[in-house]
Amino acid sequence: MAARYKSVETKCYENRDRVMNALRNCDRRTFLKLSAATAGAVLAKGLIPPHSFQLVEVANAAIEKGSGSVGAQGAAPFRFAYISDSHLYERKLNQRFVRAILKAVDDVNALDPQPDFVFFGGDLAQLGTAGQLELGRQILGNVKAPVKMMVGEHDWFLDMGEKWRELFGPPTYSFDWKGVHCVVLMSVNEKDFWTERKMSPIERMQTVAGLDNGVQSRFEVGEEQRAWLKDDLARVPTTTPIVVFSHSPLYKYYRPWNFWTEDAEEVQAILQPYSKVTVIHGHTHQMLQNQIGNISFYGMLSTAWPWPYAPEGLPPLTIQMNRADPFDQFDACGNGAFTARTDGLVDSIYNLWDRNPVTIKADYLVSGGKTDQPPTPQFASY
Amino acid sequence: MKPKNRSGAAIIVVSAVSLIFCSLGPRAFAQAQPVHQPSAAASGGTVIQLCDGVTSTEVKGLKPGEKMSHDQAVAVSRELMDEWQRKHPGQHWEMAQDNSSQPASVPAGTDTGASASQASGSPAASETTPPKRQQGDTYASFNERDYKLWQAETDKFVAMGNTVFHSGEALGSTIGISCDMCHPNAANTHPETYPKYQVQLQRVALLRDMINWCIENPVKGRTLDPNDPRMRALEAYIIAQRKGAPLAYGKH
Repeated sequence: MAARYKSVETKCYENRDRVMNALRNCDRRTFLKLSAATAGAVLAKGLIPPHSFQLVEVANAAIEKGSGSVGAQGAAPFRFAYISDSHLYERKLNQRFVRAILKAVDDVNALDPQPDFVFFGGDLAQLGTAGQLELGRQILGNVKAPVKMMVGEHDWFLDMGEKWRELFGPPTYSFDWKGVHCVVLMSVNEKDFWTERKMSPIERMQTVAGLDNGVQSRFEVGEEQRAWLKDDLARVPTTTPIVVFSHSPLYKYYRPWNFWTEDAEEVQAILQPYSKVTVIHGHTHQMLQNQIGNISFYGMLSTAWPWPYAPEGLPPLTIQMNRADPFDQFDACGNGAFTARTDGLVDSIYNLWDRNPVTIKADYLVSGGKTDQPPTPQFASY
Repeated sequence: MKPKNRSGAAIIVVSAVSLIFCSLGPRAFAQAQPVHQPSAAASGGTVIQLCDGVTSTEVKGLKPGEKMSHDQAVAVSRELMDEWQRKHPGQHWEMAQDNSSQPASVPAGTDTGASASQASGSPAASETTPPKRQQGDTYASFNERDYKLWQAETDKFVAMGNTVFHSGEALGSTIGISCDMCHPNAANTHPETYPKYQVQLQRVALLRDMINWCIENPVKGRTLDPNDPRMRALEAYIIAQRKGAPLAYGKH
């Protein structure tokens, strides 16, 4: 796998020379060769599955290497994949994000064995229009495994979730899967900032869409939903592993970018009695991990674009990803999978496009970084 | 900054008066300023006081908080100036800030004599001899007001860059993408690392080359001319976000 990655300099000049030489005398035969050469370049970049998704072996290994002890419920390990933060515009405006989510769908469809389900982590649309949400649903309809949806702020604030509920049902729900209790939250509620400013729905949406727009309120789960969560967990024994899906991180990372949940402490308190809790969140578009008390946190990758690490507040346990290469649309983007182990903890596999996949084991987080440390990147954020 | 004639003085006094009115003046300086208490209004109007803390007049019919018209303000300030001139025959009015004959870069706390006189205006200045100016060159003549004006202009330009940075429309994007989508608060732009050789561009790149590359590729707009006000404003905004970052040209 190491030999696959030539230096940027080498690749650039090789590609350039190949194209230049072919252009010198472009008869029919040369034209065909040229097409083949560019197709080859496409192949080399791994744009054609399953070469882009090398997780199959790693994922299987992860299941086998799961903790030897049988979980409290004797639960079987299982794997689920995810696609997150696709930020779709309609095709007639922008195809870049469409290509990216199609790539992710191809990836999960090429997994062998198929995951139990595919989870969508929120921000399906960029501006929450009906056209964008419907395009997203149509594309995700091609996923072979069952799809479970979660809403993000980009889906919500144009019509306050009307179209989302119509297409995908209630944003908050829970389900049990092979001994694990899974909860899906709507964690991007915002206190009303638009009425006093007399904003139109699209203005409200565009304000929320701006990550660094300080006008919008900070995300919160909200009192109503916290009560729902308490109630939902009331019938779940404290030995049952819990997985909470949330769009916002359910902890406080960086307030100016809304990498933040205002009532994070209250939510964590509700989860505190449980010994095995994993929070899986979107919104941050980067490799991100944290451990707070009994809760392990994993951030999901985005298919659309990566975000830089915030200037402060980055959880120290996070294994960073190197900066994105702006000359490669898919770099630092991707999708991934999680393995729910027999012991109730959850391992994470980041399928970074055009990079080696990275596995983060729960043991790394739970031990506070002492065991199973994954390789760290060469260039830290600055 | 000695006013050369009466109307010049009036305009200056109007601004001095409105400074008191809005109580902006004292707050602009770091050290504690003497506070002037104008006498109570006798006929239900508003008392306006000169910044010597002594000369005052009452504008009848002007309720507290109400604004005067320009003509009225000129008349009031002329009246105040005339009274001050009557009380100080043969003297010249000097603007408070002008008493600082040190360059503005001298820390404010060091010369309490000069700073006290800034608030109370000319009467104090006439009692002490102002220290000699440095060579009288351009850079010694900068004062706080200059800095404020120039900073305001620069901030306005940076704010324009902020707007362009956050607007796909202003950038000319044909696919609804703006810079802030990948670079919130211009994060990860590293303007301090240019110039550097960028192999993908086949040349040594400056910040504006990368901006133009981004506009052409992920943003899918038309590249900007280097003299385009949008390009200049974008550069200004991006660089302004990295104030204090050490220069490191060539860093990849």
